[in-house]
This record gives sequence, structure tokens and C-alpha cells, in this order.
Amino acid sequence: MAAVMPVPAASRLLMSGNEAVARAVWEAGVKVAAAYPGTPSTEMLEVISTYPDLYAEWSVNEKVSLEVAIGAAYAGSRAFCCMKHVGMNVASDALMTLTLTGVIGGLVIAIADDVGLSSSQNEQDSRYWGRFAHVPVFEPADSQEAYAMTLAAFELSEQFQVPVILRMTTRINHVKALVTVGERQTRVAAGFKKEPGRFVMVPGNAGKRIPLMFKRDGELRAVAEQSSFNFIEHGADYRIGFIASGPAYMHVRESFPNAPVLKLGLSHPLPFDKCRELAALVERVVVVEEVEPLVETELKAQGLQVIGKDILPLQGELAPQVLKPAIARLLGEPEPEIAQNLRSTAAAAQIFPRPPTMCVACPHLGVYYTLSQVRNLNISGDIGCYTLGAGHPWNALDTCVSMGASMGIALGMDKGRGEADKDKRVVAVIGDSTFLHMGMQGLLDMVYNKGKVTVLLLDNRAVGMTGGQDNPGNGRDIHGEEAPRINFAKLVAALGVKEERIHTVNPYELPILFRTIREEVKVPEVSVIITDQPCVLIKDYHRLKPYTVTEDKCTGCGNCLDVGCPAIHVTRRGKELKASGREVDLAFVRIESSVCTGCGLCLQPCAPKAIEHFLPTSPIKLVKGGCAA
Amino acid sequence: MSQVSNILVVGIGGQGVMTATEILAEAAIAMGHDAKKTEVAGMAQRGGVVSSHLRFGDKVLSPQISPGCADVLLGFEAAEGLRWQHMLRPQGIALMNTSRLVPPVVELGLYDYPADPIGEMRAAGTQVVAFDATSIALELGDIRLGNTVMLGAIADHLPFSAEVLLACVLKRFEKKGEIMVDRNRRAFTAGREAVAQAESLPA
Repeated sequence: MAAVMPVPAASRLLMSGNEAVARAVWEAGVKVAAAYPGTPSTEMLEVISTYPDLYAEWSVNEKVSLEVAIGAAYAGSRAFCCMKHVGMNVASDALMTLTLTGVIGGLVIAIADDVGLSSSQNEQDSRYWGRFAHVPVFEPADSQEAYAMTLAAFELSEQFQVPVILRMTTRINHVKALVTVGERQTRVAAGFKKEPGRFVMVPGNAGKRIPLMFKRDGELRAVAEQSSFNFIEHGADYRIGFIASGPAYMHVRESFPNAPVLKLGLSHPLPFDKCRELAALVERVVVVEEVEPLVETELKAQGLQVIGKDILPLQGELAPQVLKPAIARLLGEPEPEIAQNLRSTAAAAQIFPRPPTMCVACPHLGVYYTLSQVRNLNISGDIGCYTLGAGHPWNALDTCVSMGASMGIALGMDKGRGEADKDKRVVAVIGDSTFLHMGMQGLLDMVYNKGKVTVLLLDNRAVGMTGGQDNPGNGRDIHGEEAPRINFAKLVAALGVKEERIHTVNPYELPILFRTIREEVKVPEVSVIITDQPCVLIKDYHRLKPYTVTEDKCTGCGNCLDVGCPAIHVTRRGKELKASGREVDLAFVRIESSVCTGCGLCLQPCAPKAIEHFLPTSPIKLVKGGCAA
Repeated sequence: MSQVSNILVVGIGGQGVMTATEILAEAAIAMGHDAKKTEVAGMAQRGGVVSSHLRFGDKVLSPQISPGCADVLLGFEAAEGLRWQHMLRPQGIALMNTSRLVPPVVELGLYDYPADPIGEMRAAGTQVVAFDATSIALELGDIRLGNTVMLGAIADHLPFSAEVLLACVLKRFEKKGEIMVDRNRRAFTAGREAVAQAESLPA
């Protein structure tokens, strides 16, 4: 995206939390911003990249993005990086030492916790990093606070020369609300000054920095006690006082408008005196925090009698429908009746699920169709759209743990195989961006340790699941401008995979794909099969002429349904008695030609050749380039 | 929070549910309201369920509509109304597109699509106004107009004038030229008329 003229100061705009942070990053005079895409954090950097006068990049992973930000902050510029919660696990190695050196220019790390798991493999509480790394944590409760706290975080970062965490959740990142914006500040980078005792963290130097970190904790706690982001709201009903932060604060205010509340905005280090002040006002204190009982545990250690996770769930959002019944039970009151029709709730529970699907003509469809047709495989998977291969109709992905894990897990499955698996072949499936993020090391390990694994490297030239962001595999930078493009075949060869074991295959040519997979899984060494067609949602993809089903030719065999393309629909079902006496189900189909893009996958398993071009035929054109750039 | 209006817009990833809710939010803001809009996106863009919450009024705290509190349910797909009708308050109204989008899990024979989702909603006691927004859009020449048809459908069930919403819809298409503006104006009007007509019929 190209830089655009920012909206003028004092404008009141409907902004998501992500857009609000992006605006504040620009206003704070940040010079360098870096990230790896990850729901729900992705839009922060996407929007930042549209602002003028700063450098923004998609990094190959979160650790690199944080290191880029650290370098800029050492050089005296303000720097920003953002990531989803699991990204911080990857970046944490840098964070845990960064806290010792501190920064020169302000450095803010926005971490997006996916509370409620809308698009993640786990649910974590990133406030732990504040405790673990001894750095302050801000927790916005809406877009306006996300904006204001980002600006305040840069000030605090420079005042104490400490990196600052902005802990967001999906219900902040993706909620749109009104924000009043301001002007961009002009800042001059201080420049890097060599100071080995501070910036070269060898044991002798690091040991001297640790006491400074502990001293800083105390100073920051004093700041939290005075911070305008931590405030008590009085109320008329003093039976229960709440301590709440983030979206949970809004849910508390919504549910209990008359209750006193201590709103925590700068929530770590915890302002103990403020908490005691609230406790003195009310009969009982309930801590409402998503996800882990961090505030609760610290207050209990301080000797404060508070209630928290003994009545509230450790998982998911603390929305009003969760809070109201829990508090009613605590007060011994009847639980509030939810004014809903019970029959309609039961109907909702019975309706079919609608899990996410792969797109019409997705290049992964051919891969999973083929994998579902090859027997005796254990398939380790990875993080991305292709994780959907675990679902129907393919059921062709057996594990999903963390970014790049398909590599190591495949090797471990190979080395640790039991007697029952001695004839099983191990396959690992990983996407282009995930491979560059954290898969390369695993492949190197696999080659070095002589694993017997077939790797499917699905290069669709995009970070697909998060919306088709660019990466080093597609030769475009964050602005869509030309950038050096990695050659996957050469890369895996450089990691030690034998040239004859590297195949680049078009995933729409099922016979070749099938033959290649079937042959390579028999080879007792590391093979890499690269598929080279682009994601259908990015500009590299070109639609072809749509197909249709000739009704009187369709025999109802249902083979095409096994491809899993959402453009294929069943028109009627039937049964047929085979000569063997076996009864088989029939499903006669049609293709929704308005969404079909003519990839031709479904016609390959169609025995009666009932699938034909909607319009006069033309030869299938393949997208130029592949991985041979 | 009786002064806060709760609109729940539901459908399938790719139908334009989130854009429609955003336009509704813009209209509420144009009327001087505070507003919050929320949904869970992420994997929903891959044909999954999308439910978008809009709350507006003097001051909005929680962005989420609690079950049993929605004033209006705007359903872009027939069976999704059945999935979300428990979010409506007892006197709430569901404005439903009768068009069906059948997911692969149903095509594979793993689950059944309800035979009469709108009828089941009514049987459960939900007040439903049903119309075929997708056919209306196709008659107007482009399935993508369905989004604007749906906005037209809700226009007379908001605590402000339909003209305010129409202005916000058309603003989106200003840059795309007069033809697009005109087509969307017609789609909006068709949606309004479809609901008015359905409401005039005995349920």
C-alpha cells in the first residue's frame, strides 16, 4: 500500500483498535515499525505502512521484527513492533535480554491476545511477559484508549529507557469505535552511542544490569500508583467493588453500572495502594481479568482478600452473560433470566456447523485431495490456510502445534515410530511463509539427522490466512513494491536436500502430483515437493473459464465432492444397487458457475466426463513464473 | 442501557456482512450517536459464520450484544437466522434473506440443511420478515448488490430516517461513478420495498 495523506488532527473517526494504534504510532514520530502478520494483530502494520515518513516492514518472523525494532531504538529512534500472542513466544528470547539493556528511543511492543480463540491454536495471557521480563504493561479497553495508551507508552518507554508492552485482545484489535486523533510529533534520532557495558550482554555486563531492572520495577510501580490510566469510579452499590482491565472493564461497567470499579490501564507493575483504596470502600472485591489470575494472585500475596477465578472462568471472554450470573450467585441472588426464547437457543445448538473452508479453486485443494488418496501416511501439519486440510472431506492433516513445527514433528515421528507405524510414511506439510518464518531450521535438522520425511512445501506466494500479505517468497515488500524473491528450490538445496529429491509441481495437475508424492514417500530420505501456484485471493491469480456439469452425463458418483471445492453443490441424492449386491449412495451435482474460476481440479476425478466448460473451451493457462524466478 | 440500540448482522464470510455493519455504524455516528461495532473475523473469511454486532446510543460500553438483547437481526442467509435468533429480545424482529448457501459439510452428507429455516424461526416464536435479497440483487444485474438490498431492508427498522442510511451507502460508491450510485440507490429502494411488501402480508 502506498503512503496516503493522513486524516487531519482533531478528526473523530470510527477506528478499530488496530487502526487507532497505527495512528498513534505515526503521531508518536516512530521511525521504524516491523511485524509478522498474525490475527488479530495484522492490520496494525498494514495501516502503519500507509502512513508517510516512517519505515515499515514485514519481517520473516516475530523475533526478527522485535530485533529490528530494538536496533532502531538503540539508534535513538522510536520503534514499534506488533504480533499475535504466540508471536511473543518466538520473540521472547530477544525481550528477556532487551529488558536488561533497555532502549534509547521509545520502543512499544503491541501483543494481541486471541481471547476466545477466533483464529489461533491456543489462548495465552501476554500480561505474563510484563512480569517475566520486568517491563510495564498497558491494557486498553477500547480504540480511544488504544490510541492514548500507545502515545503514553512511548513517553514511559523513553522516561525509563524500558520497552513497554501494549496488551490488546481480539475484542480491542477488531472492535471499531470513535477515536479523536492528533498531530504527528517531530523527533530527531539521538544516534547510537557505543556503550558496551550496556549493549553487550555478556555475563559480566548483564549481571550488573539486573539490579537496575529490579530498581526500575519499584519506580514503575510508583508511576502506576499515580497514573491517570488507573482510576477508581465510585458507585451507589458498595456490596462489591471490581478491579478490571481491558475489554473486561467495559463488560463490568455494562453489567454493574452502580458498582465501584478500579479501572487498570497501566496494569503492571500493579498499583497496590490503589487496589487497597478500592478494597477499603467496598464489602468485597472481585477481580475481573481475561485470562489468567495475575492481578488476583498478586493481590492475594499482598494479603488482600479478593475473589476472582474461583467464580469466573479461566478461559474465554468475560462478557456480560458470563459476569451477571456469576455475581448473582456470589450475592446469593436469583440468576438473571436471559430474556430469550429457550426453543430458539435449542435450535441454534442443533444447526449444522459451518467451519471455515478452503476457497473455490484454492491450490491446496489438489494437494489435500491427493494426500487423501495416498494410503499409509502420517501427516504433520503447520499453521496457515492448509491447516484446514484436517477437515472434511480430506482428513489429511494429523498434527498442528506451532509455526514451523511440521518439520521437527515429522522427524520425531520418523525417529520415534512404534512397531505399528513401521510401514507408515511420514509427510510434513508447510506453507511458504511459515517455512521462511520457522520451518527452514527444522528442515536443516531433518537433513542433517538423516530423516525419512517427504516435505510438501505449498508455495502460494502469500501469507494466506491473514489476508494475503507479501513475504520474501513472492518478491514484493509491504508496499507491494518489487523486492528480492527467494527461490525455494535453491533454498532447500542449500539446506542439504539432494537435487534429485526436489520437485516443483503444479498442484492443479493431479496425476503428476499423485505420482510424485507416491514415489517420494517410498524414498528413505528427505524429499521436498514444492507446489507453485498462487493463492486465489492475491493479484497473481488469474481466473479461467468456469465449468458446468452436464446434467444427463452426471452419474452421481460423487468423486468431485472429494476435491472439497465449495463451488460444487449436490442437486439430488439417490441409491444404486451394484452388481455385487452392495448399495451405494449417489450424489448428483452442479457447479456454481458464477464463482467457479476454472481451475479444472474437479473434472480430473470425474469418471463420466460430465464437467465441461460453461463457455467454449480453451486450453488451461498456467500462471507464469512458478518458483523459477 | 435502554437507550442503546443493538443490531446483529449475520451471514457467511465473503457476503459483505462486516461492510454492511460498518455502513450502519457510520449512519448512527452521522446521527450523533456513540457507536461500537465488533465481530470475530480471522478464519471467518473462509466461508465460515460471521456475526457482526453494532451497538449505538448516548454512550456504548461493552461492544457485544448479550443473548436475548438484539433489537434487530439482519440475516444474509436463511439458516444463519436460525443459528442466531436466540440473540433477539422477545419483541425483536428478524429481517431475513431467504437465499441459502449450503456449506461443503452438508454437500458431503455429514449434516442436513434445515428444510424450512424461516418456518422454524416462526415456530420458535420469532417475528420474521422474509424476502429473497439475492434474487432481487440478481434481477438488478449484480449479486454484489445484495449487500445494499439488505441495508435497504433494515432502513425502516432503525431509530433514524432511512435517508441517513441511504446517504452513507451512496457515499461508499461516489468514487465509482454515477452508474454505481444509481444501481445502489435502486438496490436500497428494492430492499425497503421488499420488507414493506412482506410486512403487509399476513404472516
